[in-house]
Amino acid sequence: MLKFALRRLGVAVLVALTVSLLTFSMIYLSGDPAMALAGETATQSDIENIRRVYGYDQPIIVQYLSWLGNALQGDLGRSHYLKTDVSEVIFARLPNTMILGGTAITFALLLAIPLGVVAAIRPNSIIDRIALTIAVIGQALPSFWFALILIFFLGITYRLLPITGTSSWMNFIMPSIALGYYVTPGVMRLTRAGMLEVLGSDYIRTAKAKGLRPVTVLFKHALRNAIIPVVSLAAVQFGFMLGGSIVIETIFAINGLGFLAWESIQRADLPMMQAIVLVLSIIYILITLLADMMNAWLDPRIRVN
Amino acid sequence: MPNVTPTPEQSVEPTAMSAMRKRVFGHYGIIIGGAILLLIFGMALFAPYLTNFHPILDQDLSNKMVPPMWHDGPKVNPVHPLGTDLQGRDYLTRLVHGAQISLLIGFAAMLISGVIGTTLGVAAGYFGGRVDMVVNYLITVRLSMPVILVALAVVSLVGSSLWIVIWVLGLLIWDRFAVVMRSTTLQVRNLDYVAAAQAAGCSKFRIIMTEIMPNIANHLIVVATLEMAHAILLEAALSFLGLGVQPPAPSWGLMISEGKGMMFFDPWLVGIPGAALFALILAINLLGDGIRDVTAPENRN
Amino acid sequence: MSAILEVEDLKVDIPVSSGMLHPVQGLNFSVGRGETLCIVGESGCGKSLTSLALMDLLPSKATRSATRLVLDGEDLTTASDRRMSDIRGNKMAMIFQEPMTSLNPAYTIGNQLMEALLRHRNVSGDEARERAIFLLEKVGITGAASRLGQYPHQLSGGLRQRVMIAMSLMCGPEMIIADEPTTALDVTIQAQILLLLAELQKEFNMGMILITHDLGVVARVADRVAVMYAGQVVETGTATQVFENPTHPYTQGLLECIPIPGKTERGSPLGSIPGIVPSLVGELDGCHFAERCRYSKSECMTGAVAFQAGMEDGHVYRCVLGKDECASNFAKGAA
Repeated sequence: MLKFALRRLGVAVLVALTVSLLTFSMIYLSGDPAMALAGETATQSDIENIRRVYGYDQPIIVQYLSWLGNALQGDLGRSHYLKTDVSEVIFARLPNTMILGGTAITFALLLAIPLGVVAAIRPNSIIDRIALTIAVIGQALPSFWFALILIFFLGITYRLLPITGTSSWMNFIMPSIALGYYVTPGVMRLTRAGMLEVLGSDYIRTAKAKGLRPVTVLFKHALRNAIIPVVSLAAVQFGFMLGGSIVIETIFAINGLGFLAWESIQRADLPMMQAIVLVLSIIYILITLLADMMNAWLDPRIRVN
Repeated sequence: MPNVTPTPEQSVEPTAMSAMRKRVFGHYGIIIGGAILLLIFGMALFAPYLTNFHPILDQDLSNKMVPPMWHDGPKVNPVHPLGTDLQGRDYLTRLVHGAQISLLIGFAAMLISGVIGTTLGVAAGYFGGRVDMVVNYLITVRLSMPVILVALAVVSLVGSSLWIVIWVLGLLIWDRFAVVMRSTTLQVRNLDYVAAAQAAGCSKFRIIMTEIMPNIANHLIVVATLEMAHAILLEAALSFLGLGVQPPAPSWGLMISEGKGMMFFDPWLVGIPGAALFALILAINLLGDGIRDVTAPENRN
Repeated sequence: MSAILEVEDLKVDIPVSSGMLHPVQGLNFSVGRGETLCIVGESGCGKSLTSLALMDLLPSKATRSATRLVLDGEDLTTASDRRMSDIRGNKMAMIFQEPMTSLNPAYTIGNQLMEALLRHRNVSGDEARERAIFLLEKVGITGAASRLGQYPHQLSGGLRQRVMIAMSLMCGPEMIIADEPTTALDVTIQAQILLLLAELQKEFNMGMILITHDLGVVARVADRVAVMYAGQVVETGTATQVFENPTHPYTQGLLECIPIPGKTERGSPLGSIPGIVPSLVGELDGCHFAERCRYSKSECMTGAVAFQAGMEDGHVYRCVLGKDECASNFAKGAA
């Protein structure tokens, strides 16, 4: 187990470094980052100023290494627009994104796993068909459109829920649904497929032959095995949600990283954009690492060697 | 007679083709998905001929925000069946032309990502070893970066036009192609006829093209449909956020964005293009699922 | 010796795409306490489904019926699902064929053993643990206490099967059904496991049904034998009776397939039964074996074939031919 963990950690570090390199080089897509930062109304001296302050006049390798070095110490640069440290802003807004992602994945799992289990117990029954229909519809529904529909009905027409901001937990209901439902079909299908496979296995037959109660057979024996791949899928999807939250956060005006990214893009705040992509990618790498560990731990065949 | 003699119907062996045809046409998903897709494709193809208006140029500011046909009860608006938008442009025309944009972007991005992903995946599966390690590493790196965020950032820096969006998406969504093609190549690679071809001295390239590709083709088609839908969704999101296709082009995502301010009063501005998007994605997904069910049902998730 | 299990006219029907399948057609047998009944037959004759039918573990599409299915005086045909769940693993336990996949990989051996007891008895965890260790030692596993904390994947096939046997004994059942318990094991282990089963059965005075296709196994452990073919029992009697006087042509054919050291000449052709098992979909007329039987006549093809008494008491077979004719056929064939 330890060897496994170390190996995965090594790969994760390598991937993280590559991501940092890609993120860093992103700002050069626009040509001259100093000009992009300065904006359209800037004079030549403004541009030169920025170039010096941000170190864009240094050789690229030096720039990358110093940027990386700073980043590892928690310094992600300064936002030209906000005139504050990038890391300050990011870590102030990160919790909102994490909360949103957390509630969204919880919603998705609470809906998907029971549906998947029930669909597997009664394959090809009505409930199975309903579950599969929900899955098919869910995968085709554009999230931003769904968000607008939710707002229209729950927020405007019937005034049940608040639309913008983060003042109370109620603010997170619609965004969580709008962000989480997209993940539901995948998790539901995986749970269903996994349960179907497990329910047909020999050890379930043994469990029944021992006279165990149906609930015990279903949860202690079947679900315990079927859920293993679902756990890592859920973790990966949580990571995706963190990145994909930009649309939902923008619609619901939730002050998280996604919204911040959106604002930074509008303002061409390059250091901020860079930092957000980097932070979200690193979080994703950490989450997948955790998911792999959890996966291995849940299966005794890997854990106990 | 204790034993069962075969009945006349059982004696005739169905051919593979007719069996396949029966499965295809008996599958609801393929029929419905295919029908919708054909409809939308037809819309896109014949867009200029379907209505009398131009999607961009025919503005009539005195006639803006006219509701669609069903809105005012029996009073039918024959001139603008789906109403007009904020700039007095005929909505039906814009919808129909929007289909062109969605289909074009979806298809082109799917092609680009398909070429990249399939090449990487087949190479990893066939050659194994270091090639496999490198490809896996590339896939992991790609998966670690949030697609929408990166796409938005890149488009904001490079500029947003139709083809830039296509290329950005194509260069970002190749991961599923790579993963699926790699695993199917791995499965096919160890089969006997590949070994036979190798023993006969065929070049690697030839083996890949003639032995491996035909056997992974059905998986490729399934992934292609899924990624096309994925690309269409991404473009709609990008356009919705203002960083995809630029106005005044009639991208469905853009139309939703334009209409959201007036959503409470004129919900159809948001409802119609969204429904069109939903129908298109649904159709593609149904078709893809159907193809997978018909050709390789054991791969259901 | 009173019967612990009595079965009369047991049937299993399964709807399939081409009609209704009848894999088990009207079986009659009984098992006494402390007695081993071996059900022998080739693959596909319905013996495994019979065992699942007894335990009420058939797949959901299958239906079971019987005029009599009595376990220790209790009618199982009218037992509710709840009652059956109480009986399984408790009064009647089963050992399956594939030890490699019959244990849950996510839980320890100890957990799965104790669970079997804790479900049916109001005992403490420690008592369950003690019983688990006791039985593990009984089945010949050394270091039982430490084994409890191990996972199935850490044990070999033979060990896992021993664990399965121990697990089936946790509640002290009156009846054990073993479905080909040694088929998936090494030949060298097979003998050990069979011996173990026979010892345990005698020690705990259980009734045992042993299902197998291996006549060697039958010869070793059976008290009584029921030979199955295509869903029906074709011959039944004590082991001695069936082996020394195989009366039904199918039984005779089976025994001819086995080379006997000393008797079978080197180089002489090994017997085989030509043909294949008939399809059991739809209604079958006449004797199921008639097609492959070298002694079949026209009257074998239609109507149900009744059981006839064999040479001795308790030995019956299902054939139209008389017992003397069968005996002489066998003598001729074996020569």
